[in-house]
Amino acid sequence: MQTIYFTLGSFLLLTLGAGIWRALRGPTAADRMLAVQLFGTTAVATTLLLAEAFGNAALRDVALVFALLAAVTAVAFVRRAWPGEEVECDSE
Amino acid sequence: MTPSDYVASSLLIFGTLFFFAGTVGLLRFPDVYTRLHALTKSDNVGLGLVIAGLAVQAESWFVVGKLLLIWLLVLLAGASVAHLIAKGAMRRGVQMWKR
Repeated sequence: MQTIYFTLGSFLLLTLGAGIWRALRGPTAADRMLAVQLFGTTAVATTLLLAEAFGNAALRDVALVFALLAAVTAVAFVRRAWPGEEVECDSE
Repeated sequence: MTPSDYVASSLLIFGTLFFFAGTVGLLRFPDVYTRLHALTKSDNVGLGLVIAGLAVQAESWFVVGKLLLIWLLVLLAGASVAHLIAKGAMRRGVQMWKR
């Protein structure tokens, strides 16, 4: 089982590396934020796999913090840091 | 390997495949809205499957509860963030992709 945990964890890290391309490329700020969301979810999964592989329960708390931070970051981005003027859209 | 090991490893491998699909979608889809669709759904399912696989192997019910709580938090956050980003992009005039 150890081998499976490590293999899958490394694979998830590789997909994270691929996701960095989107964060660098953009083109809009929202695309970069989506890449950050991907990092958040994948980091939670990787940390949980590592917690099981190392038998280290504290890493589960780290995963919980990752999940919380990803949510807070995205909300802060949408409400505070997203450049551009907001207009009412007519589809509401 | 015991039978529960087989169940756990297949769940984990399926979950990782969903993560892979989400990343491919994020890289390949043409605009914010379609990327949002690929990312938030498949990643949440992938994490759900990974957590199910880990819960099969977990040593106590306390750990299972904690894993479930983490998944619920990610689900809730993912759904709200998807809506927030989509609505924000609409209001800032990000164009939808047309063929």
